[in-house]
Amino acid sequence: MSGTSAMVRDGARQAMAWLHGWTGLLLGHILFIICLAGTLAVFKPEISRWMRPEINGQADPVRAITAATEWLSTNTIGSAGWYLSAPDGRSNVVNANYDSGGAYMSRALDPVSGAPVARDTLGGEFFYRLHFELELPYPWGRWLASLAAMLMLVAIITGIIAHKRFFKDIFTFRPGKGQRSWLDGHNALGVLSLPFHIMITFTGLLTLASLNMPWAIAAGYGADVATLYSDLTPGTVSREASGTKAPLAPVGPMLAQAQRYFGGAPVGRVYIFNPGDAAAVVTIYPVEVGAIGTLPAEISFDGATGKVLKAWTEKRAGVRAYQTIYGLHMAHFVPLLTRWLYFLGGAMLTLAIASGMVLWIVKRRERAPLSIGNRLLERLNVGGLVGVPIGMAAFLIANRLLPLGLAERAQQEVAVALWSAGAALLLGLVLPPALGWPLLLGLLALLCALAAALGPIWAGDVMILSGNMLLTATAVALGLLVWKQLRRRSAPTPVRRRMAPA
Amino acid sequence: MAPPIHYRASRWRYRANVALRTIAGTVGAYGVAALGAAALARTLPMARVEAVTFATMIAYLIAPGVSIWAFLARGPWRAVAGVVLAALALGGVAWIAGQPA
Repeated sequence: MSGTSAMVRDGARQAMAWLHGWTGLLLGHILFIICLAGTLAVFKPEISRWMRPEINGQADPVRAITAATEWLSTNTIGSAGWYLSAPDGRSNVVNANYDSGGAYMSRALDPVSGAPVARDTLGGEFFYRLHFELELPYPWGRWLASLAAMLMLVAIITGIIAHKRFFKDIFTFRPGKGQRSWLDGHNALGVLSLPFHIMITFTGLLTLASLNMPWAIAAGYGADVATLYSDLTPGTVSREASGTKAPLAPVGPMLAQAQRYFGGAPVGRVYIFNPGDAAAVVTIYPVEVGAIGTLPAEISFDGATGKVLKAWTEKRAGVRAYQTIYGLHMAHFVPLLTRWLYFLGGAMLTLAIASGMVLWIVKRRERAPLSIGNRLLERLNVGGLVGVPIGMAAFLIANRLLPLGLAERAQQEVAVALWSAGAALLLGLVLPPALGWPLLLGLLALLCALAAALGPIWAGDVMILSGNMLLTATAVALGLLVWKQLRRRSAPTPVRRRMAPA
Repeated sequence: MAPPIHYRASRWRYRANVALRTIAGTVGAYGVAALGAAALARTLPMARVEAVTFATMIAYLIAPGVSIWAFLARGPWRAVAGVVLAALALGGVAWIAGQPA
């Protein structure tokens, strides 16, 4: 170690701990939202099913897509494109994004009738979008998410270097000891699934590569985005609308031919460009389960005649590598057990972030009275760490309570979520933390219980039943936490211990 | 727990040291990664879209590497100089190679 600097010899660990603390502090709340929403988004289709309890029809992908295109043909005007994804074992609707009469729509279509479902909701898509767009307009949300992910990478790397006893930490937990306990918990949560944390941060950054690392693209293609796009997806056809009307050829035979081309894999996404025009194009991708890499093939048909225009199976190493990295993050390929592991890893990362932010305060409180800034941070922790899940629970309740015919219903649900989270944040800032923590956590427990109790408890769909059970379990766990907090408060010891020297 | 006298005396030196390394390891690391991506995108011997894709992925390995190095370098100015030199070299390669047709 003779070649290393004085800084490394006696201060590297401290410097890393310092950097770890400050990067975490700077964007901790943003990272908390990203990780919590991402963890829930692992079960995006399942959450969507919970949020659309009326759907009981089922249809195979080909019939569902056919029904969707028939409905769209008669109910849209002057569309530039319909972007559909077929139901699979997890999703039970056709998710459709399309434009009609200049308005951009995002709707879940019934797999049998093809019409939008009565309960207009974003469903699990809300959590998925929140995960990387943070309810901010494009591209700001994605930029903020990219920045947060980069700082998270710094926090992870510096966190590792700041450690002395890496593997011991997995097995160390000393409860009821203030700062010690929080540090042990934070370390265990961070270290136990560290490979997952590193993987998910890296791959997450890469999913937004065209925004946060566009320099290779700029160096290779300049501003020629069209060429880049056609090089990346050689099986797609981009051509202008002709202006001549022509009905869309039956999609059923195209879907069947696509499935044969995919070697029997069911169709997943179906994009229809310029529908109703003589130059319409139908591009079909296989379903994303069964392989880690997303969209490994594509086939395009002439919309008016139904003839194949182009077909492409992705075999290029670089593109496949990127698709694999992307797929690792999206986790569409994983079987149920692995999906729960993704959920567990995400939950641990979320808790590692939250405990780290609490630790920042606990550590300083045990040494000296908190400064004004740290007292503000302490209250921000209460409002943010509990307010965000309160907003999410309110979103689920709004889904059950808002009347079905309400205009802009899906947006109203989101508004309820944002206003609830905002109100909780305000409460956290106003109340003393000793009161704010149990009050808001108790409120969150009640909201979770209410979301489950609003039913339908009689649901035949196992997904709705499991959702209600998970919500109830969360409510019980939070209730126990609040009870423990209140009981500890009534015992005098912890307050005195805080005054004693460490 | 006040720091020892000799430590307190060099506190500002220490802070400047950390600040310089932090800048080199964050903004600098991103700059080196970005220019590395540009240089690789123009020089990797493969189809343009493949070179661009590989270059983008490799950039994400360059950045944390530079970050860590910035904190391990022998002195703060050496860290800054190393980052600047690497950026200049990679930027030069990208510039000389030019945008592929």
